[in-house]
Amino acid sequence: MTQVTRRNFIKLAAAAGAAAGTVGFPHIARANTAGGKVVVIGGGAGGATAAKYIKMMDAAIDVTLVEPNEHYYTCFMSNEVLSGDRTIDSIKFGYDGLAKHGVKVVKASADGIDPTAKTVALSDGSSLSYDRLVVSPGIDFKWAAIEGYSAELAEKIPHAWKAGPQTVLLRKQLEDMKDGGVVVISAPADPFRCPPGPYERASQIASYLKKHKPKSKIIILDAKEKFAKQGLFTAGWKELYGFGTENSLIDWHPVSQEGLVKRLDAASMTVYAGELDTAYKGDVVNLIPPQQAGKIAFTAGLTDEKGWCPVDKRTFESKKHPAVYVIGDASSAAQMPKSAYSANSQAKVCAAAIVAALQGKEMVEPAYVNTCYSIVGDDYGISVAGVYRYDAAKNEIASVEGSGGLSPADASAEDKKREVLYAHSWFKNITHDMFN
Amino acid sequence: MQHKTVYAALLMTGGLLFNSAPAWAIDAGAMLANTCSGCHGTNGSSVGPATPTIAGSSKDTLMEAMKAYADGTRHSTIMNRIAKGYSAVQIEAMADYFSKQTIVRTPQQTDAALAKAGAKLHKDYCEKCHEDNGSKDEDGSSILAGQWMPYLQYSFADFKSGARETPKKMKTKLEEMLKKHGDASVDQLTHFYASQK
Repeated sequence: MTQVTRRNFIKLAAAAGAAAGTVGFPHIARANTAGGKVVVIGGGAGGATAAKYIKMMDAAIDVTLVEPNEHYYTCFMSNEVLSGDRTIDSIKFGYDGLAKHGVKVVKASADGIDPTAKTVALSDGSSLSYDRLVVSPGIDFKWAAIEGYSAELAEKIPHAWKAGPQTVLLRKQLEDMKDGGVVVISAPADPFRCPPGPYERASQIASYLKKHKPKSKIIILDAKEKFAKQGLFTAGWKELYGFGTENSLIDWHPVSQEGLVKRLDAASMTVYAGELDTAYKGDVVNLIPPQQAGKIAFTAGLTDEKGWCPVDKRTFESKKHPAVYVIGDASSAAQMPKSAYSANSQAKVCAAAIVAALQGKEMVEPAYVNTCYSIVGDDYGISVAGVYRYDAAKNEIASVEGSGGLSPADASAEDKKREVLYAHSWFKNITHDMFN
Repeated sequence: MQHKTVYAALLMTGGLLFNSAPAWAIDAGAMLANTCSGCHGTNGSSVGPATPTIAGSSKDTLMEAMKAYADGTRHSTIMNRIAKGYSAVQIEAMADYFSKQTIVRTPQQTDAALAKAGAKLHKDYCEKCHEDNGSKDEDGSSILAGQWMPYLQYSFADFKSGARETPKKMKTKLEEMLKKHGDASVDQLTHFYASQK
């Protein structure tokens, strides 16, 4: 047997390369030499996961993440910051973990996309070229839907629907509020980020008020007639916060009961809603406006008339521009809800699709899951789960029949307690999966 | 001979290229398994504080668990709903994937005195099936070493209440242990297994 020295190894390798070419070992040859350039816009739940998983699936692919902020504050679990159960730092994540996977992180925002030249224009004046582009910009707000409200005013009267400084501000306002104060929360029309979120928020604020300011009240003004996990939430509110009684900590006004918010008078902290223009004055006002895809999706022409991005749900490739993929809240991914778990799951499907495309291979059948926990109060957790498959005929992410759904209505106290701990485990594991 | 040399070199280039630019073939098992990591951690190693690590368990253990969740014979908070979403073929593919993953353990805060007492109990009542301090998954014993404490506590509670079926041998041993050492023994065992690195 000939000894393999470094020199004759190179020769052997060359021979092997030739052999691979002629005999054909597409798996080995292509999986390792294809490379390609991927740019990911947005370092949230979807974008961070996609960047990491593309690198994990094929390290030869050049991946650049474009994100203007140094840190990402997760909107998920931010309601626990409002109740005081969690610090803002516990929902803060950086990008060093992604860099360790070989992802290049560029601190800038994406101002435009040229889908013909396949380039992204950045806020610092530079541009990036790509073979495949992932757009994961999250949500933007329809400010015009609430007269008198604006991005500027939100710095004083927060929506806190993108976590960060506004979450801290809202917590401070709750701390400063007198016992007997009124908290007004507006819940937007579907579809929006985190469907059970406004109701978990009301729950977490109620949990704080019950302990520290029990004479206070929360008024939820809703643009809908029903909401996610409604039965479980209202059962929890009855048990913990006297819902339905005169002394309830939470009042809920659906559309049919003057719930649709139309305007805000910021000076008097009064929200006007419903057909009769009913006035609701708050000591703390938290308006969550109706939503649409993040700004870059509009600038780049990726949206439809509803304000979300239509995609091929098998790959998340845009229906508007080839080689551009939209994942997370901005995508139109029915039947999946707009949640962090959905974004994380979609990112992995999208990563597999992109890697397969760059390697010239067939993509494996996609699989998707959503799991969403809400913490109604101390030792009181509830959840919804969904397992999905791709339905090619309808281009739909269809729920697998007989699976998924809500926590049982008759769940034991022990199981509700376990669901809180599992909610916290979900948070730790999914953020680790995204950012580490 | 020449043919042989080329073949050897081929293997080597494959290996070397793999090292410099690893590629992870996304087959059905990997695709399905990736949907679990939101709760169970990347590649099945949970960073806690309660969701169990499923990496490194035997294929049979994982398949049995999913089947029992799906048909409702094993109690859970959420897994009953999720397990119903997969076919037997899909469950096998996922189980195969996780069984091949290496466990990455995150250290937990455990009480040394409780763990020491637990070590004795483990020797007396559990070791026969839960070999190597619970680090081996043989005949469906599951891996207990380094598992998250709340999950171990929930499992004991469910075995005790009947919410989860206790294997015959374990039932005898568990009853024996509880009779002689009381509920504190469960806590001691939990600390022992959780403290295993």
